[in-house]
Amino acid sequence: MKRIKTIETRDLKKSLKNGGCGECQTSCQSACKTSCGVANQQCEKSASGK
Amino acid sequence: MIHCYKLNGYNIVLDVFSGSVHVVDEAAFDAIERYEETPKDKLKAYLLEKYSENITSDDIDELFEDIETLREEGKLFTKDIYEGHAFDLKNRSTVIKALCLHVAHTCNLNCEYCFASQGKYHGERALMPLEVGKRALDFLIENSGSRRNLEVDFFGGEPLMNWEVVKDIVRYGRELEKTHNKKFRFTLTTNGVLLDDDVIDFANKEMHNVVLSLDGRKEIHDNLRKTVNGKGSYDLIVPKFRHFIEKRGDRGYYMRGTFTHNNADFTKDVFHMADLGFTELSMEPVVCKPNDPYALTEDDLPIVFEQYEILAKEMLKREREGKGFTFYHYMIDLEGGPCIYKRISGCGSGTEYMAVTPWGELFPCHQFVGDEKYSLGNIWDGVKNKEAQQEFKLCNAYAREECRDCWAKLYCSGGCAANSYHATGSVTGVYEYGCKLFRKRMECAIMMKVAQAEEGKTEN
Repeated sequence: MKRIKTIETRDLKKSLKNGGCGECQTSCQSACKTSCGVANQQCEKSASGK
Repeated sequence: MIHCYKLNGYNIVLDVFSGSVHVVDEAAFDAIERYEETPKDKLKAYLLEKYSENITSDDIDELFEDIETLREEGKLFTKDIYEGHAFDLKNRSTVIKALCLHVAHTCNLNCEYCFASQGKYHGERALMPLEVGKRALDFLIENSGSRRNLEVDFFGGEPLMNWEVVKDIVRYGRELEKTHNKKFRFTLTTNGVLLDDDVIDFANKEMHNVVLSLDGRKEIHDNLRKTVNGKGSYDLIVPKFRHFIEKRGDRGYYMRGTFTHNNADFTKDVFHMADLGFTELSMEPVVCKPNDPYALTEDDLPIVFEQYEILAKEMLKREREGKGFTFYHYMIDLEGGPCIYKRISGCGSGTEYMAVTPWGELFPCHQFVGDEKYSLGNIWDGVKNKEAQQEFKLCNAYAREECRDCWAKLYCSGGCAANSYHATGSVTGVYEYGCKLFRKRMECAIMMKVAQAEEGKTEN
């Protein structure tokens, strides 16, 4: 496409099927402790290369 | 739903419900922004007039075809298919997987802005006995179902004031791992005052992550992070932190600061930490009452917004120069990030994550400790206050009417329940000031990913 470049991203709809294992880190445990978000949490499957 | 914005020379289109990110030229930006609300002939006429020198009628037809292709591929104008399932998605599991152990309700610093009221959480000073710590790990295992990875954060107050107990809890946890097929990930959050080689060596061996509190420049740090004698703590802790990190190798850590009204120009503090040689950085807006003298104000907002942009641009520049660093809120993994379950469920406070007081009482998270209304139960009898827990079960990305039209809800998942509670009196309220900061951070974080992709970087 000449005018639109799409950045590679995880398809959230597909993750309805392949997500939800729950092994990922609890959001607030890592660094913030005061302003939670989930965007910067890594998927455990991705992190472990499964 | 889409979100279109311009930042650092990039025109960015975010497709909220698929998570797709597109970087587009000016004409495509205008077209996509208006595409759903404007008849195609009118939109074409508008584009032809505005971009008369560099776009033809055929170009616009091709652009519209591309937009339709992206729609068919589920990457643009994606419909929300999650809302009706939000509660069920969050409640797919009821296990507990993380505990914040308040091993010391006491502190050796007297930081003015401390949400824990100098470590005491508005109660008496207390240290967690070893037996309570061991029982907390038993409780976690008993309630963790088939979940293998379990997280335990040693928190306070200042956990190093109860260091021998921390070490014994870790040793006990390592024994439990063998008999229960579990993996504990321990985290230590410390102000650094009591750091010595014993702490450093043990933490570097056993702690999955360490969070070290430093507010940045000496004058900023010393202004609010004082010893009990009223002196600044910067000179005391910075050499210890440097020694700690030198010995830590490639294991995880965060240098975590708090910024306030006193340093709305907080990027200077982030850069100061980077210049000290630290590379894993976090800087959080202060959590306090609106009438506290250091509370962030409405007038601070445009300053803070600009600071977040300055930070993102400088990080890209330093990365190009081979001296990059990580900023916690700009860590966003577009390819390997959280699944939709996580994005809807949020932080898990009160459900899969709880805080444990020195005497074994359970609270939804560390920020609710001391608020009797939210005392959930204890580590011997489990959660008894089901009514309070139910409030947290209902917290998800769709729980708040105010979030309905917000493009960032699948990045924040409805936000921090404690911030909402303190700002509005309800855990399902909305802390709008925090929302504004969060949206700005996400725009910057996504822009950085776009910039890295455009520059041919593959790093996440």
